[in-house]
Amino acid sequence: MTEDMRQFKQVTCTINGVRRTTMVDVRASLTDMLRNDYRLTSVKKGCEVGECGACTVLIDGEAFDSCIYLAVWADGKDILTLEGLEGPSGELSDIQQAFIDETAIQCGLYSPGFIMTAKEILDTGKLYTDDELRKLLSGHLCRCTGYENIMKAVKKTMYKRLGKKYPD
Amino acid sequence: MYDIKALYEADSVQHAVQLLLEHPEAVIIAGGSDVLIKIREGKLAGRELISIYGLDELRGIRKEEDGTIRIGSLTSFRHITADPIIRKHLSVLGEAVDMVGGPQIRSIGTIGGNTCNGVTSADSASTLFSLDAVIEITGPDGIRLVPIEQFYLGPGKVDLRAGELQTSILIAKDSYIGYKGHYIKYGMRNAMEIATTGCSVNVKLSRDKKTVRDIRIGYGVAGPVPLRARHTEDVIRGCAVSAETRSRIGEEVREDVHPRDSWRAAKDFREHLCSTMAMRAFTEAVRKSGGEIDD
Ligand SMILES: Cc1cc2nc3c(=O)[nH]c(=O)nc-3n(C[C@H](O)[C@H](O)[C@H](O)COP(=O)(O)OP(=O)(O)OC[C@H]3O[C@@H](n4cnc5c(N)ncnc54)[C@H](O)[C@@H]3O)c2cc1C
Ligand code: FES
Repeated sequence: MTEDMRQFKQVTCTINGVRRTTMVDVRASLTDMLRNDYRLTSVKKGCEVGECGACTVLIDGEAFDSCIYLAVWADGKDILTLEGLEGPSGELSDIQQAFIDETAIQCGLYSPGFIMTAKEILDTGKLYTDDELRKLLSGHLCRCTGYENIMKAVKKTMYKRLGKKYPD
Repeated sequence: MYDIKALYEADSVQHAVQLLLEHPEAVIIAGGSDVLIKIREGKLAGRELISIYGLDELRGIRKEEDGTIRIGSLTSFRHITADPIIRKHLSVLGEAVDMVGGPQIRSIGTIGGNTCNGVTSADSASTLFSLDAVIEITGPDGIRLVPIEQFYLGPGKVDLRAGELQTSILIAKDSYIGYKGHYIKYGMRNAMEIATTGCSVNVKLSRDKKTVRDIRIGYGVAGPVPLRARHTEDVIRGCAVSAETRSRIGEEVREDVHPRDSWRAAKDFREHLCSTMAMRAFTEAVRKSGGEIDD
């Protein structure tokens, strides 16, 4: 496409609690917009075809692969990325800390996506079985950790938030 | 960046129809979980797109006055599974679409896209076939209704004419009251996997739960498009709820299905799956209906 034929659209949305506006190329994915326009580099580019979950963000509270979501569709939406989980002085959230404590991270490429889905799961305030958790996390790949520690991090945080004893 | 020639965003169904007529070469994009992948693969690269994603009027599930359940074409899989009307009356559909891809795919994928792509493996299709679903299509001449079996014309081809889009999927009261169904998806993995074969069985039992008053069997990947096992249904209607009837289903469905070899599975393996899955889905559908099969 030549320069002069390019189509742009103004997109206003809430990102990590702040209202933001920018002009986006209609061909951009939400990953493109978040990384390039807003420098939110926790949103990773893995497969870019919806298979791996590295690009996961919450849109109006639901987990989406931002790589297969057009940036123009974000207009009017409430978007949360990993950066939005930090406390006011940069403190880590409980689920981020749990990923560290349980060594649920190695190379880190897929961790932000996992944590965003975990955030949605934990915010429901429900107690899930292992099978349910596996299903809820099944939209993510990780080639380093083998998933066990990720499961543990999510599960421990779930029990902690519910004030229940973690079953060993 | 996607290789898109131009993007036109519809702000109403009428506007979508107008855009489709103005740009006859353009492709509709709903959630885009098929379209955007095909753009990446190159198959749909450089095309004009008409986005209907913003049409909230096509989202949600409603029960109409005559009991018909109307599912807006843009309703995402996760919203279908979570919907109270679906949970109460069409739980089999909520369970079936909960097996699509993974959670994020179920956030973006729509039931309209799942049926308009014309793919035989679509997880909603076999269940919609076994529910006698009716497709509502809106176009320049207004609305027309097409039974889902006739909506599929061939692999990747559905009955959508110039200027038309799918606006709803309808399930009539007579198709769901008294019925219980079960869907089985066979794949190599439990998630993020396209069905090797899918089978959805709906049954309506007699009051004493001893007789199969009606049965509807839908398949995915048992032929080039989803299909109904009409022959088996005719044989089984009126039979006793029993282990013999179940075995009979397993034998008779072989007449109805015509799967082929593919890299996912061989033809004879798929035939075996079609038979076994129908029997298992029947058992579950009977159980959900309050019946029992003595083994
Ligand atoms: C990683 C991954 C895993 C997947 N796993 C599964 C799976 O397990 N099971 C499964 O069934 N599918 C699966 N899919 C495919 C896809 O998610 C579904 O088919 C989904 O339902 C498509 O819906 P959509 O709204 O995203 O469609 P789109 O991509 O927007 O559209 C699909 C097709 O339908 C047409 N279309 C869409 N809506 C309308 C309408 N209202 N009127 C007219 N035409 C329309 C489009 O022009 C296009 O041809 C997967 C996809 C990905 C990327
Ligand atoms: S980068 Fe989006 S799912 Fe892999």
